[in-house]
Parts: sequence; C-alpha cells; structure tokens
Amino acid sequence: MLNTEIVIVGGGPAGLSAALKASQLGAEVTLVDRNDYLGGQLIKQTHRFFGSKQQRASERGIDIARQLASEVKNCEKIKIMTEATALGYYEDGVLLVQQHNKIIPLKPQRLIIATGGAEKSLLFPNNDLPGVYGAGAVQTLVNVYGVKPGNKVLMVGAGNIGVIVSYQLLQAGIEVVGIIEAAPRIGAYWVHAAKVVRAGVPIYTRYTIKRAIGEKEVTGATIVQLDDNWQPIPGTEKDVATDVICLAVGLTPLTELLWQAGCKMVYVPQLGGHVPLRNENLETSVPGIYVAGDVAGIEEASAAMMEGALAGLNAAASLDYSSENLASDRQNIMDQLTGLRSGPVGEKIRQGLTQVIF
Amino acid sequence: MLAQNGIPTPEDIAEVLPPAERLAKGPVAIAECFQNIPCDPCYHSCKQGAIKEFTDINQRPQIDFDKCNGCGSCMSRCPGLAIFVVDATFSEQEALVKIPYEFLPIPQVGETVTAINRAGQAVGEARVVKVQNSKVQDRTAVVWLAVAKDLMMEVRHFKTKEVR
Ligand SMILES: Cc1cc2nc3c(=O)[nH]c(=O)nc-3n(C[C@H](O)[C@H](O)[C@H](O)COP(=O)(O)OP(=O)(O)OC[C@H]3O[C@@H](n4cnc5c(N)ncnc54)[C@H](O)[C@@H]3O)c2cc1C
Ligand code: SF4
Ligand code: SF4
Repeated sequence: MLNTEIVIVGGGPAGLSAALKASQLGAEVTLVDRNDYLGGQLIKQTHRFFGSKQQRASERGIDIARQLASEVKNCEKIKIMTEATALGYYEDGVLLVQQHNKIIPLKPQRLIIATGGAEKSLLFPNNDLPGVYGAGAVQTLVNVYGVKPGNKVLMVGAGNIGVIVSYQLLQAGIEVVGIIEAAPRIGAYWVHAAKVVRAGVPIYTRYTIKRAIGEKEVTGATIVQLDDNWQPIPGTEKDVATDVICLAVGLTPLTELLWQAGCKMVYVPQLGGHVPLRNENLETSVPGIYVAGDVAGIEEASAAMMEGALAGLNAAASLDYSSENLASDRQNIMDQLTGLRSGPVGEKIRQGLTQVIF
Repeated sequence: MLAQNGIPTPEDIAEVLPPAERLAKGPVAIAECFQNIPCDPCYHSCKQGAIKEFTDINQRPQIDFDKCNGCGSCMSRCPGLAIFVVDATFSEQEALVKIPYEFLPIPQVGETVTAINRAGQAVGEARVVKVQNSKVQDRTAVVWLAVAKDLMMEVRHFKTKEVR
C-alpha cells in the first residue's frame, strides 16, 4: 500500500496544473495517467488557442502540453505514474491502479479526479463500418502518429472540434468534402469556421447523416436536410462520396471513478452529461475528493488549467499547507475563470454551473 | 451568413473596413473578427497601441486606423487567422494583401498562386511578393500577395499550384 498525500488521476491540462499548484504549496503528489505521455488532449492540439494572455492564448496546445509536462517532471515533489490506469476507488479510501500488469493500491489523503471526457457517438445505419471514426481518433492518428485515416473526409459536427479537426486534416493534405451540422447555427467560433471555408470546405447547417454507405468499409454517406423540428425533410437526401466519416458530436465527462466513489451526480446537458456536484473549492459531496477539467463539465483547456490549479491549491490547503499569497492566488484564479466564462459563448457553461454548485 | 455557412456578408465586412482616405495612405490592418469570443491576443500583440484595450475579454477588436502602420505583427498572433493587412498604394494597378498562412508548401517569392475569396472560390491570380516566417511568428507565416486592385477586398486566401 502506497500512502501518499494527494493523488491526481489524469495528466491532462487540469491534472498537470493541479499537480504543480499542490506541490508548490509543499504537498506530496502522485500523478496517474493511463497514457505513456503527459498532456492529455493537448498533445493533439496543433492550433493556437483562444483566451487571454494570462491563460496562454495564442500558444499552441502541443507547446502548452510540453511545457506543463516538463515542469511537472522537474518537480521532485511529484511522482509520475504513466501507463497507469486507475481502475477503481473503494470505500476504505483505496485507489487501485494498474500499471504494467501490476495492481498497485494507493491510499491518498486527498484525491483529485481530472480524467477529462470521452467522445460521444451517433446512431445511424452502418455506423460500425471501418471508416467511421470519432474526431479524437482522427486527430490522434493524424497529429500524433502521422497516419492518414483516408483520402476524403465528411465531418459531422460544426462545433470547435469538428471545425478544428477539419483544418488539421487540410494541413495534413487530406481532402475534407464538407462539414455537416444538425443545428441551424455553426457552434464553432466563427473565425475558425471562416478559415476552413476559405480553404475550400463548405459547411452545411441543418444537415445530418442518414446512413453510411459501403459493404466492407465506408465508400460514402447519405446526408439529409432537417426542418425546424430537427426532422429529416423527405426527398432532400444526397449521397456523398467519402471514405472517412468523422464524428465530432461532442464530449461527455468521464466520470466512472466519481460514481464509484459515491459522489452525488447530476445530469446537466450544458456540461455534457452527468457531472459531480461540487462546492466553490471544487470538492465533491465526498469529502477529500476534488474534480477539475472536462470531467467536471466539458469546457476548454484554459478553464481546465484554472480549475486544476484551484483544485490543487484547495486540496493542499486542506492538508494545512499554505503560503503568503494563497488567498490572493485563489481569488485571482477564480476571477480569471469568471472572466473566461463571462461572454455570450460562455452562457451555456454559466447555466450549467448554476446546477452543480452546492 | 457567418453563423450558417462561415462566410461573412458584405455588411459584416463593411463594418470593419478602414475609410477610403486611410486606405489611400498605405498599409493598414483589417480585423475580420465578428463574434464576441473570449480572446484578446491581438490587443497584446500591437506595439503601436492601434488595437484598443479590451475592457472585457469578449469584446471584438477595434483598430485605430490612424495609429496602425500595417506592420502585420498582430496577424500571426491571432488564433482565428482573422487579421489581414491591405496596401492599396502598392502600385498603379495592384494592391498588396497580406495573408496569414499555415499550410505547406509555403510558396516562394515570385511564384504565381490562385487567389481565393472568403467563400473558398478562385477569383484570379496573385503574385507572391514576400514571405515572412520568422521564429516569433511560431509557424504562422504571413504571405504578401500582389493582386489586381479591384480584388484587394476579395482575396483572403490562396492555393499554390504545386501539390504536396
Ligand atoms: C479537437 C479538439 C480541439 C480543442 N481545441 C481547444 C482549443 O482551441 N482551446 C482550448 O482551450 N481547448 C480546446 N480543446 C479542449 C481541451 O483539449 C480540453 O478541454 C482539455 O484537454 C481538458 O483537459 P482535462 O485535463 O480536463 O482532460 P484531458 O486533456 O482529456 O486529460 C485527461 C487525462 O486523463 C487520463 N485518464 C482518464 N481516465 C483515466 C483513468 N481511469 N486512469 C488514468 N488516467 C486516466 C487520460 O488518459 C488523459 O490523459 C479541444 C479539444 C478537442 C478534442
Ligand atoms: S498591423 Fe501592426 S500596427 Fe496595425 S494593428 Fe496590427 S500590430 Fe498594430
Ligand atoms: S486575436 Fe483574432 S480572434 Fe482573437 S479577438 Fe483578436 S482578431 Fe479576434
């Protein structure tokens, strides 16, 4: 049994920021991630990020990941466990971690869950044909492994992910035949949308996919227009020749560990699905368990980093670690989070958050 | 409409264009950023103080065209690649359009490329006059295109002839 002060599950921007802040206050941290690298989603994000200067706007996700990961690696208070999957959390406060075919029990005094999100899928005939991918998978293939998933891609979903992954496919020299979106409006930031459109990718709002075409693999897709009630309009079906159908229809929080730990959960569509109730300190209904990042509600890396920092500070502070500027640090992070969520695009998040703070 | 198809309308564009008198004086930036999003690197990147300070991070950029000298520093900091510089005084027949570009291959000076409008359609040819791709630009090149004068408010992208 490994007794440690703080265990963080998830080495994405939220988990890394939590580890840094907690260790800066003096706490001993064990950071667990199932991947063989640190950085979570960020290691695929080759594009520049939005946000404010303080939150590293205009930097590329890959560079932020590299920098956070190297800071964490250089910190002797942080023990890193990669290729390590947290399997379960038990009533006696033990977290079981599997690493290299060994089961390792950890007994932390505080636990920060920063497991991120999982991709949603979409139901349609033939969606199990090879050639139907989630956007995250396509992004991993192209940006991490340098593998082309195919030659012609139909993107489903015009949110930030669908649009940015389309842009990255173009950068990799892959044709994107179009982006379809069921909603009447493009969900992605319009500047992103404008840049893929001028690079030659049409965006069709009020369209959905009816079926994938193909016997052994995808050779096309039937798309159909939707009316005001999101119902297919008969006769508007169109067949599109494509060998990849890429689904970018949203993420949902990866909450298994929280359910298992008995945290009170609520269903909040604005945050992507079931999320844990938490207080202002990001502590869940189970004392000592904190959450940060996409697992607490699907947002952005900038928000994930700040929530991580906050959870890290609060978890360490609850173990009586402190510093002269703890209070102002904490306030500063909370103010930045509020600013980030303040505009019209943050409205959904704000609505969602009112339902989860207790 | 931008929200439906990602293409700004002529009205959207008219709202952000510098006045004709200013265009007649030389290079100037145009921020084609039409939505209130939490983003402000353009403000921080302008050393001339030509982009008004954001009182709220969701504000849209406002360029003081008299302070802007068309240097283009803001162009490669904008994550939306939404800022362009145009120089209507480039020559008798031609104007210069500076375009942020993140595709390969990066064209060579002197090369002729296909000029593309905001809808992704080819609208003519353009000549590459200069390519800026320094370390501070961090992999967002700025390509200077000479285009026919009547195209300077149309051309916002280009395609190279060579296929990778
Ligand atoms: C295509 C795309 C584009 C994006 N663009 C932007 C953008 O422009 N700007 C922006 O701010 N954000 C962007 N984001 C969002 C951003 O990537 C996420 O919000 C952010 O990564 C969330 O951080 P996180 O730390 O919560 O989760 P993640 O980055 O998902 O990290 C979670 C980590 O937890 C690990 N993990 C999960 N379960 C376990 C377990 N049981 N045991 C061990 N480890 C586990 C995972 O392996 C992963 O490494 C984008 C996302 C995508 C997909
Ligand atoms: S072109 Fe130069 S002076 Fe003009 S707004 Fe951009 S950075 Fe400022
Ligand atoms: S940096 Fe670009 S996207 Fe961001 S506010 Fe400025 S112009 Fe708009």
